[in-house]
Amino acid sequence: MTHTFAVYVDNQPGVLNRVASLFRRRAFNIESLTVGHTHEPGMSRMTIVVDTDDYGARRLEANLYKLVPVRRVENLSSRAQISRDLALIKVVAGGDTRAQVMQLVDVYRARVVDVSPDSLVIEATGTEDKIDSLLEVLRPYGVVEMVRTGLVAMARGAGAAEKTAPRASRVAADAQDNLGNYSV
Amino acid sequence: MATEKMTGAQALWAALVREGVTDVFGYPGGAILPAYDAMLGYPIHHVLVRHEQGATHMADGYARASGRVGVAIATSGPGATNMVTGIATAMLDSVPIVCITGQVGSKLIGSDAFQETDITGITLPITKHNYLVTRAEDVAPAVREAFAIAKSGRPGPVLVDITKDAQTSMCEVDWDKTEPQLHETMDDELPGDGTAEQAVALINGAERPLILAGHGVMLSGAEREIVQLAEKAHVPIAMTLLGLGGVPAHHPLNLGMMGMHGEAWVNTAIQEADLLIALGMRFDDRVTGNLRTYALNAKKIHVDIDRAELNKNVRVDVAIAKDLRGAVAEWLPKLVANPRQAWLSRINELKGDSAVRDIQNLPDSGHLYAAHVINDLWRITEGNAIVVTDVGQHQMWEAQYYKHDSPRSLVTSGGLGTMGFALPAAIGAKMACPDKEVWVVVGDGGFQMTMCELATAMQEGLDIIICIINNGYLGMVRQWQEFFYEKRYAATPITGPDFVKLADAFGAQGKAVDQRKDVESAVASARRHHGVSLIDFRVEQEDSVYPMVPAGADLHKMIRRPSPHPIVETAAD
Repeated sequence: MTHTFAVYVDNQPGVLNRVASLFRRRAFNIESLTVGHTHEPGMSRMTIVVDTDDYGARRLEANLYKLVPVRRVENLSSRAQISRDLALIKVVAGGDTRAQVMQLVDVYRARVVDVSPDSLVIEATGTEDKIDSLLEVLRPYGVVEMVRTGLVAMARGAGAAEKTAPRASRVAADAQDNLGNYSV
Repeated sequence: MATEKMTGAQALWAALVREGVTDVFGYPGGAILPAYDAMLGYPIHHVLVRHEQGATHMADGYARASGRVGVAIATSGPGATNMVTGIATAMLDSVPIVCITGQVGSKLIGSDAFQETDITGITLPITKHNYLVTRAEDVAPAVREAFAIAKSGRPGPVLVDITKDAQTSMCEVDWDKTEPQLHETMDDELPGDGTAEQAVALINGAERPLILAGHGVMLSGAEREIVQLAEKAHVPIAMTLLGLGGVPAHHPLNLGMMGMHGEAWVNTAIQEADLLIALGMRFDDRVTGNLRTYALNAKKIHVDIDRAELNKNVRVDVAIAKDLRGAVAEWLPKLVANPRQAWLSRINELKGDSAVRDIQNLPDSGHLYAAHVINDLWRITEGNAIVVTDVGQHQMWEAQYYKHDSPRSLVTSGGLGTMGFALPAAIGAKMACPDKEVWVVVGDGGFQMTMCELATAMQEGLDIIICIINNGYLGMVRQWQEFFYEKRYAATPITGPDFVKLADAFGAQGKAVDQRKDVESAVASARRHHGVSLIDFRVEQEDSVYPMVPAGADLHKMIRRPSPHPIVETAAD
């Protein structure tokens, strides 16, 4: 399953490299990673989406904490959360098709942010599913290029997210996914 | 306190002195030259190594033998990259060292300047943390923080890369403001963490419990608590390689080493146990064998200060991320004494057939066996030496036949398995513990990797005795080829120099021994000699280490020594 982490890090050179290197070295696959400033000066926040099980998520969280510039890690997956992705999609839309594309834009509550004689640039915000779906319906018209921010996420409710960690199920048979760890 | 005005280079040494550093191991070069120039004004002894890898292993040996942080220093580029193996060695074995490297001027970074290399990038995955310092005023805080990080939690290496201009520029240092400000990054407890109550309930309820004691016992200073735990609850103890010495080998509840070349009864006991209490160890593949069949009957308690180790290789029932000493101390008052007669006699039964065959009662067949050499060495030194081993067969024989009763008396590269480690690490150990007798036990292959450090030992006038277990092969690899590759000895036969003449050339004392009867006198003569002494033990060439759990095999399915054979698996003592 996928786990979404919010990771607060000191805003200093090389932090992204340290975090990315950890994922590579521990053989976790990053599905998406975004980084930007927070409201606290000197602190950046990463939203990292990783495909792993609960044990993997626990271990990843512990490993993230071992990085000196990492201040706080929240696993958002086990709580109510809002996640958003932003996409800019340039789509062929001249003549007859333009009205149809504009209609789709309305349906998806997206916006047209640039217009040229033969194309439109559409800005869409929403869950990853919504963006994927919009992309699919636009594809027949001819998508010229697209860029996405990757997921940003936040826990719902008033307070900052508490520390959460999935309670592990203690079954010996679970060890199977860790087989083959020996080396020469 | 008033601020002091000084160069970045001076700030480096002043910070090291403040951290209590008395010895550093290093090699000068262009980008670190300002630091070396400033060194002369500070009360720190510099050991000139012959290769920067040696500097890191010396710092490592220094730290392992003493518990203090070891310091290595090198120039930029090749000086820094030569340190990589030593840093990775320290990382895998949780050894606190600080490596200082020079870097090209900050304006030149990224320009492929002469001897420029991105050493912080290179060492990122093999250090706890590293710093690229480009301003003089950042030198002292970085160095002090590096020491704090190296020592704290699970120890490990930290590298500080200092540009040449940061060394030469002036800065004002306010020592109060350089106090390391390490934020606590991990909560004490998380939901899902095990509690002392859960651990105690499992221990009190177990019929066949077994303690697995690792390096963490010594790192945490929990030697006394572990013995109390074992004695109070009558729980036998199995040791990892790096754990040896953490519990006295002669303690009646100490069963000996587990794992690939561990004692047969220990591995069998692990498989028969109904509770494993893993303390400061990390379920490395060398101690578990096949995870699918590992200790299936046992519930598991795992205590480690590094939370990332919990539930990593083996799923456990109670996972506790705490300093070992405190965690075990918390259990002690709640333990119920239980003689566990059946379990302890079962273990004695397992030990049985091996224990009656005593290595010391074997006839002298005329061949020299490494096991005999090590066992004699243990007897003659009365187990009191610090033994620094390299990697391979001799390392395993040492672990089997030299009984370590005190912590930090075995220095060996476990996790990374770094050949060439022994001689430089022994130099570090001797510098840290000048009053201790220090022995190097090394193969003829590993010795040839770093034998240049003989010159370092001579220059420092150290009393070190080098015991070369010389079998003319890269023995452990040859053993694998014998067992698993139909004896095709690809690239394992190795020649060497005349080690006695080599010792002589360096100004050391050398002797060769190929008969068991000569072992004792050679060892005695080496111990009498003031300075570096080397004994070339020419041992049986195709001997193997038994028992052996092949990589990935079930822990209880060991390859045993074919019988009849002149020596047995293990020494009874």
